[in-house]
Amino acid sequence: MTMLGDRQRLAYIASQAADARLNVELETEGMTLNIGPQHPATHGTLRIICRLDGEQVVWAEPSAGYMHRGYEKLTEVRTFPQVTSLVNRIDWLGSFANEVPFILAAEKLMDIEAPPRAQHIRTILFELSRIANVSLFLGDLGVQLGAITPVFMAFRDREYVLNLIESATGGRFHPNFDRIGGLKDDLPKGWIEETRSVMRKLRTFCDEIDDLLFGNEIFQSRTRGIGVIPKDVALQYGMSGANLRASGVDYDLRRDQKIAMAWDKVDFKVWTHPDGDSFARCWVRLQETREATLIVEKLLDTLPAGPVMAKVPRIIKVPEGEAWVSTENPLGEMGYYVVSKGDLGPFRVKIRSASFNNISIVPWLLRGVYVPDVITILASLYFILGDIDR
Amino acid sequence: MGLKPKVPGLVKGLGVTFNTMMATITKGANTVQYPHEKEAPPLRARGVIALREDNCTSCMLCARSCPDWCIYIEGHKELAPPRRAGGAPRKVNKLDRFDIDYALCMYCGICVEVCPFDALFWSPEYEYSEPKIADLLHDKTKLGEWMETVPEAPELEVGADKKGKK
Amino acid sequence: MMLAVHFPYWAQSLLRVLGGLVAVLLPAGTIVYLFLFKMMSFMQSRLGPMEAGPYGSMQLFAEVGKWLQKEDIMPEKADHSIFKIAPLIVLASTFLLVAVVPFGPDAWFTNFETGVFYALAVSSVSVLGILIAGWSSANKYSLLGGLRAAGQLIAYELPMVLAVVGVVIQAGTMNLQKIVVAQNAGEIFGWNGLGNPYIITQFIGFAVFMIAVQAELTQAPFDMPIAESELVSGYMTEYSGFRFLIFFIAEFATAGVFALIASVLFLGGWGIPFSWFGWHNIDQVANWMNIVGPLIMFTKMMGLVFLIMWIRFSYPRFREDQLQRFAWKVLIPVSLGNIMLTAVLKVLF
Repeated sequence: MTMLGDRQRLAYIASQAADARLNVELETEGMTLNIGPQHPATHGTLRIICRLDGEQVVWAEPSAGYMHRGYEKLTEVRTFPQVTSLVNRIDWLGSFANEVPFILAAEKLMDIEAPPRAQHIRTILFELSRIANVSLFLGDLGVQLGAITPVFMAFRDREYVLNLIESATGGRFHPNFDRIGGLKDDLPKGWIEETRSVMRKLRTFCDEIDDLLFGNEIFQSRTRGIGVIPKDVALQYGMSGANLRASGVDYDLRRDQKIAMAWDKVDFKVWTHPDGDSFARCWVRLQETREATLIVEKLLDTLPAGPVMAKVPRIIKVPEGEAWVSTENPLGEMGYYVVSKGDLGPFRVKIRSASFNNISIVPWLLRGVYVPDVITILASLYFILGDIDR
Repeated sequence: MGLKPKVPGLVKGLGVTFNTMMATITKGANTVQYPHEKEAPPLRARGVIALREDNCTSCMLCARSCPDWCIYIEGHKELAPPRRAGGAPRKVNKLDRFDIDYALCMYCGICVEVCPFDALFWSPEYEYSEPKIADLLHDKTKLGEWMETVPEAPELEVGADKKGKK
Repeated sequence: MMLAVHFPYWAQSLLRVLGGLVAVLLPAGTIVYLFLFKMMSFMQSRLGPMEAGPYGSMQLFAEVGKWLQKEDIMPEKADHSIFKIAPLIVLASTFLLVAVVPFGPDAWFTNFETGVFYALAVSSVSVLGILIAGWSSANKYSLLGGLRAAGQLIAYELPMVLAVVGVVIQAGTMNLQKIVVAQNAGEIFGWNGLGNPYIITQFIGFAVFMIAVQAELTQAPFDMPIAESELVSGYMTEYSGFRFLIFFIAEFATAGVFALIASVLFLGGWGIPFSWFGWHNIDQVANWMNIVGPLIMFTKMMGLVFLIMWIRFSYPRFREDQLQRFAWKVLIPVSLGNIMLTAVLKVLF
């Protein structure tokens, strides 16, 4: 209760200060505007309380929690396979990527490793969900800024990736394919050829978005220099993923971490941008999508033969212990801290989701910014409500 | 900031939309005109669960492993004639009730995977929406009817281990 | 209207009213179907409405019917009488604007000597409607939209006026009918094969006019007042049912009418070059031009609206201050330069 009281008091003082400043300087009243929770621009039910002076934001605060589904409490009463199927739904656009760190944590506790073919296919599906997630971001970016056409192209080309995932796993959005010790099943016949042609189509899509959106002067004048996050501020606020790389920090968990996935078996480029403004964040994500298609093709070339499941008992009881695994998810760094007491299910799971930390910078970033730029900044930070609220 | 449009960038964008428009006019749209045309989902698509009643032994593994607890099973044991003459009568399981509530089901597939007797199968059939939510509770007759739509297991890719399961 | 039959005054007025309704609503309906439903869909790789009528042609009637039967909702704190009047003001300015557009040598509603002046003045009336719609809605988002609209629409009036001044200098008259005749009976450096459509000499003015029209219609890239992803619908947020229908029709009808005015001023209006038929002035123009003229106007209008809509569907939107900067620092100096250049060249040649 004391924590809540402190927070409320701080918010009250900040808003009073903002009002006082307005009243002294201009002798006008500020307007308090609620962006959300029902709003076309926030990716879900995020509420941002802004105090406006004309069209400029004087004070802003995000108020998350409208979509809290109680994941960490749910996992306490579910078994490991059930938790895997639930965890798909945290970041619902790149859903295979949510299962992977959880399964890896469980495998770490059991001290087993998935066979190489399973690791390869896991990485391929992980990169496919990255492509599905970020290509939607690229389309949605246009809508936030007023260009209504790119989003249809994004959905059209994303369909190919979703069809691929469906033919392999059975579910478009919620694959539920990862199991402790490997994967549920192997790939169906013809999948590799199909994937190669889809990757080519996606590169064409990236070029189209480059022409239609990024090359557009209006888009550039809307995003360059807006919402600049310097390197040290980004690190202090715990940003991760493309937001961090767009501020010039060369940090990518795929390359910098030794983990039981196949990223160390391929060469890929980590894209950074020195500016740290909205354009940089969008640009880095575009390049990452292209890079992901190249990674998938290289992984397909080197796919080893073999089983997809290690030798695990029928009823899996994970031994006692605690493990932390985090991976470079499409939205940023996502990690699971799994505490197990030797049961069928985990005792406690702490989910570190990327978007929650990414929007913690919003109060700092939105001061002195115009209302249309608020939308641009939120669009470029790219969060998913399921990821923030869990 | 001066806004002298450098013609190439803006014009290229116009070109993209124009080309898409011409492509749609000449080659047709990328969308499927449901309900006049329907797309066939892949063979592994998780559409609906089908029940093979003969194989089920009411072991309750599926009901226990469902994250939503949407499977309701009731059964009883009966005596069936012995396999060979002169033997003891066998205890056989008879299902009274096997309902799956599709209003709760989250299509995760744990029940199908966990069944040790191969009584549950996935079928890619997806057009079973009902106006009344109570009709979404499929009883064992209806689940048995879905068995006809279950496809054969697809072949696996090169490099897979030979014993692939569906 | 001068025809072989002499109509009594009441019949003439009735014909004028019906003609006005057709002149406004038919382009609006065609534009909505052809460009909003179909062209936008084709640009997005989809087919658009296909179910209502063959190829979705009855979709507009279905939509009109849908909006007409909706509940009339008004926010409690809204200013009731102003809230109700606002859409009507916007639609009224469209009708007033079409009254001065000539459709044929004898098919016109009114023939003012100061037609251009009247047209520009009356097109500003819609600004008032948008402003009071935003203010009376008792909604902070609508207020933001209304304020942005006020700044934008007033700022872009000036380039529109200045662009048209070049045409007036070149034609020597403000009468729209005489501008049409001047274009079709004119010649370019002695060659009268194409007439003298002012788009060739006034291309700068044409570009400025089309950009200003895009801004006056609050279409992307100048749709800050509506700004769908920020303000939901800007000044139109609280309107539903019949009132929204009026805003919707007014938006596309105004697009059509502005395109008609642009084709009159720059593309030669209802005429095809007179030299093709051996006419030299308006009295020699044949009577069948009264039937063909509206069709030619319709075609030219469709071409210009295609341009407007194409840009609308392809570009993101400007921010308000970038918008204003563009109008005041780029468009107005360019159009002023255009006027000076036209005046100098008119004197020289």
